[in-house]
Amino acid sequence: MKKPSWLKMAGIHAGLSVMCMVTLYPVLWVVKMALSPVDGMSLTANPFPDAVTLDHFRAVLWSSDAQGRWVFGRQLLASLIVGGATTGVGLSLAVTAAYALSRFRFPCKEGGMQALLITQMFPATLMLVPIYSILQKLALLDSLTGLVLVYATTSLPFCIWMLKGYFDTLPRELEEAAVMDGASPFQVFIHVVLPLARPALAVTALFSFMTAWNEFVLAATLINDPTRFTLPVALQRYVGEYKVEWGKFAACALVVSAPVMALFFALQKHLVGGLTAGGVKG
Amino acid sequence: MKRWAALLLLAVAWSAHAADAPAPLKLWHAYRGGEETALLQATARFTETTGVKVDLLGLPYDAYAHKLTNAIPHGAGPDVFIFNHERLRNFHSQNLVAATAKDFVRADYFANTVEALEVDGTVYGYPLSLKSLALYVNTDLVPRPPASTQELLAMLPSLSNAAEGRFGLVYESGDFYFHAPFLFGFDGPLFDAMGRASFDTPGMARSLAFVKRLQDERWMPQEVSGALVKTLFNDGRAAMLISGPWFAGEIAPSVRYRVVALPTVSETGTPMKPFLGVEAAFVSARSEQSARAHALARFLSVGEASRVRTTVGRQIPADVAAYETQEVKEDTLISSFREAARDATPMPNTLEMARVWEPMKLALRAVLQGGVKPEDAGALADRRYRALHRERPSDANPVPWLGFMGAMALGGTAYVLMRPAGARSLRQRYPDLTRAATYVAPAAAGVLVLVFIPFVVGLSLSLFHHDAGQYTFVGLANFVDILASRGYSISEPLSFYFTLAVTLLWAVVNVVLHVCIGLGLALLLRDPLLKLRGMYRVLLIIPWAVPNYITALMWKGMFHRQFGAINGLLALLGLEPVSWFTRFSTAFAANVATNTWLGFPFMMVVALGALQSIPQELYEAAEVDGASRWTQFRRITLPLLKPAMLPAVVLGSVWTFNMFNIIYLVSGGEPGGGTDILVSEAFRWAFQRNEQYGFAAAYSVLIFLVLLGWSAFTKRLLRSEESA
Repeated sequence: MKKPSWLKMAGIHAGLSVMCMVTLYPVLWVVKMALSPVDGMSLTANPFPDAVTLDHFRAVLWSSDAQGRWVFGRQLLASLIVGGATTGVGLSLAVTAAYALSRFRFPCKEGGMQALLITQMFPATLMLVPIYSILQKLALLDSLTGLVLVYATTSLPFCIWMLKGYFDTLPRELEEAAVMDGASPFQVFIHVVLPLARPALAVTALFSFMTAWNEFVLAATLINDPTRFTLPVALQRYVGEYKVEWGKFAACALVVSAPVMALFFALQKHLVGGLTAGGVKG
Repeated sequence: MKRWAALLLLAVAWSAHAADAPAPLKLWHAYRGGEETALLQATARFTETTGVKVDLLGLPYDAYAHKLTNAIPHGAGPDVFIFNHERLRNFHSQNLVAATAKDFVRADYFANTVEALEVDGTVYGYPLSLKSLALYVNTDLVPRPPASTQELLAMLPSLSNAAEGRFGLVYESGDFYFHAPFLFGFDGPLFDAMGRASFDTPGMARSLAFVKRLQDERWMPQEVSGALVKTLFNDGRAAMLISGPWFAGEIAPSVRYRVVALPTVSETGTPMKPFLGVEAAFVSARSEQSARAHALARFLSVGEASRVRTTVGRQIPADVAAYETQEVKEDTLISSFREAARDATPMPNTLEMARVWEPMKLALRAVLQGGVKPEDAGALADRRYRALHRERPSDANPVPWLGFMGAMALGGTAYVLMRPAGARSLRQRYPDLTRAATYVAPAAAGVLVLVFIPFVVGLSLSLFHHDAGQYTFVGLANFVDILASRGYSISEPLSFYFTLAVTLLWAVVNVVLHVCIGLGLALLLRDPLLKLRGMYRVLLIIPWAVPNYITALMWKGMFHRQFGAINGLLALLGLEPVSWFTRFSTAFAANVATNTWLGFPFMMVVALGALQSIPQELYEAAEVDGASRWTQFRRITLPLLKPAMLPAVVLGSVWTFNMFNIIYLVSGGEPGGGTDILVSEAFRWAFQRNEQYGFAAAYSVLIFLVLLGWSAFTKRLLRSEESA
C-alpha cells in the first residue's frame, strides 16, 4: 500500500465529516430540545441550544405517580432487570443450542435450523394475539418474568444463527486436545469453547440486551402496571395523541439511548469481527 | 452462571411481590395531572367512608381500550374503569360492562349524559363528566364573540395576517371530532334513516367547502396540530380557537380569554353542535366484588367526589347537584362549558360510529391538503367506508380442513418412520444424541412454546373471521377477499396489490441505499492508518444504537410542517416550507430518509468486517500488474465482498420489509394510507378496524409467503456464489 497523497486524505476526511454531520444532526436536535427551557419545538435549523436548563431531565428522572412513588426509579429497575435477565437467559440458551448445532449430529437438525429462520419472516406485531393468550394461560401476564421469557425466546433464532456461524469457524483440534487431557465434555465447553467465542458472545449479548431494552409494542401490551413499565413504554406518556411534551420526550429518549450507546462504544471492536465471522458462512 | 440465576430469582420474586396484596377494588383510568389528583382524593374519601381500599392504575391513553378488551375477558382486568361513552357498544357486545345497580337515579344527572350511556334501554355506567367543544376567545383581540358564522366571516379578515403568522381562527381541522360541529351546523346527517353511516350528503359538501374557504383565505393555518394551536394562542397570534375543557390548563396566564358556545351557521340557522362525550365509571362484568364496585362507581359520580373532581380536576360535572354548590356557580369556565354543551349531540355509542373515523379523516385531509373538491369528498369517504366495513364471510365447513391436516400429519409420520434407516440403530447413526439433546432441549422448549406455537396459531387464524370476541371458521374467504381486491380498485391505497407494490419499492430503495452508503463509508474507513478513524467509526454507529421508535418520533418531529428542522433548513436556503405528509412522494421520502439514517451503520459494520478479511497481497499483486484502482475494485473487492455481504443483505431486506415502527410513526400511512406497507396495513386491520384478527392474519400469511419466496431466491443466489 502506497502512502496516499494528502489531497486524497483530505477528500476522505471531508467525506467522512459530512456524513458524520448528517448523522449527528438529528441527535443534536434532540439534545437541544432536551436542554431548551420551552416544552415545544421552534422553527430553527440551528441544532445548538440558545439557553440551557436541566428542568426536563429533572422532571423525567424524578417523575413520581400520584401516590408519591418514584416511578422513574422503578421503571429503570424494571428495564435493567428485563434487559439483564433477557441477556442471561437468551445467551445461555443460545450458546448451548448453537454449540450442539455446530458440533453434533442429531435428527431434525437441518429442518430445525430452517424452521428457526422461517419463523423470523412472520410479522412480529401479529404474533401479539397468540402470545398474549399463551402468557395468560401460563399466568405470566403483567409480570416481568413473562416479558423476559418472550424476549429471550424471540431473539433466540437470530442469536443461535450468529453463534453457530462463529462456532463453525473455530478449529476443533483444541477441543480434541482438551479431551485427550482428560477434561469432561462440559468442561471443554465451558473452559475452551466459550473463551474462544468471546467476540461473538459479546455481540450476541449486545443484541439480546438491545432487544429487551428497546422493545416497545410487546411491553406496552403485556404490562399494565406503570411501576413495572420498561423505559420505552414510560417514554410514551410524553408523546400523547393530543399533546407532545417535546422537551421531556427528548430528555427521556436520551436517558433511554445512553446505556445502549455506551455498550456499543465498549463493544464496537468486537462488533466488526463478531458480525462478519458468523456472517461469512451464512 | 450463579449471578444470572440470582438475577432471575430477583426478577421472579419482584414480579410475584406485586401480586400478593389482598384484594382491594381495582380502578383503571387514563387521567394525568389535575384530573388524576382529583380522582385520588375522591377515592381516598371513599376509603374513609367505607373502609374499602382502592388500587388505582393510570394507563397510557393510547393503549387503554385495547388493554381493557384484552384483560377483562381473561379475568385480569379492573373492577371499575373510567372511560368515554363512545366505545360502550363495543364493550357491551363483548360483555365487558355490567348494567348499573338498583340505586342508580336517572334524575341525578343531566338527561343527555344518561342517554349516552344507554344500550337498548339499559344504562351501563355512572356519568362523571362531560366533554365537548366550545369557542375560546382572546378578549383583547375580540371584545364581542361572534354569534353566527356571518359575524365570524366578517371579523376574520381584520384578525388575520398570514404573512405575520396571525390567524383569526385555529383548530385541529384535520380531525373529524373538530369538524363534526360544522357538519351538524350545516344540517349534514352522519347516519341515514337506517342508522348506516352516510358521507355523500349536501351538508357534508357545504361544511367541507366552508372550512376549505377558511384555509384558502388564510384565516386559518394549514395542517394544524394541537401544539400549533397552543403556541399561536399563547403568543396572541390566534384570536379564536375551538377546543374542549382540557385546553384551559394549557393557556398562559398572560392571555385573557373567555369561553362561549360555538356560533350558529347563518345559512341554516342551526347552531354548530359539537359531539358530547361523557366520561363514566363503568363496572366490569367480570368483577368479583360487584356490589362494592357499584358503590365505588356511584360514589365517584355524585356529591363530594363530584365537587372534588370539578374544583381540583377542572372537569365539567354530569351531576345536576354539583351546579348548586357555590364554588361551581362562581367558576365561569365550568358554567360556560356547561352552557356550550347544551346544544351538543351525544356521540352515538354504536359500532357504526367507530367505523366513521377513518373514512372521515381521509375525506377531510383530501379536501384540506390533497386538493379534492369538497363535493367529491363524500363519495371518497363512502368508498373507503365500504372497503373497511367487511361483511362477515359465510361460514365454511372445517371438516375437510381437519381431514386434510390429519392426512398430512399421518403422511409425515409415516414418511419419517418408513425412511430407509439402514441396519443401524438411531444410537449408531447419532452417537452424540444424548449430549445434543441436553444442549438443545432448553432452547427448543422455549422456542416451541413462544415462537412455534404462536406462529402456527397465527397461520391458522387466517382461516377464521373474528368479530367482537367471536371466531368463526371461514376457510379461504379472507384470502379470496384480499387477492380479489374486493371493494376497491387495484390502484387504490387499500388494495393488497397497491400495498405490495409500495412495500417492494420501500424494501428495494432502502436496501440499495443502506448497502451503497454503508459500503461507501466502509471503503473510506478501511485504511488502518487513517487519523481519527476510531472517532469516525463511533460517530457513524450512533444511529444504530438509538432505539428505532425514538428515531421515528425524532424524525417525525423534524419533518413537522411548522416547527420541523427540515423546513427550518429549507427556510435558511430561502425555499418554501414543504408539507411532507400530504403527498405520496414526499411522505415516502420522509420514511426512506428516516430508515436510511438508522439502517446504514449495520451495513457499514458488516462491510468493514468483510473488507478486513480480504488479503492485502491481492491488491499488491494487482498493483504490480498495473491494474487501475477501478479494476482492482471490480475484480477483487466486489467479488470477495459478496459472500459476506449477501447474508446481511437478505437479513436487512427482511427487516426492512417488516419495518413497522418507521411507517407507523413517521408518515402514519399518510396520505390516505398510501405509504402504508403490508405490515402496517395488517396491524391496522388487527388493532384499528374492529379487531379483524383473521383478516390481519391472512395479510401476515401473505407477507410470510412473499418473504419465503424471496429467501428461496437468495438462497439460490448464495449457492451459485459458492459454486462459482
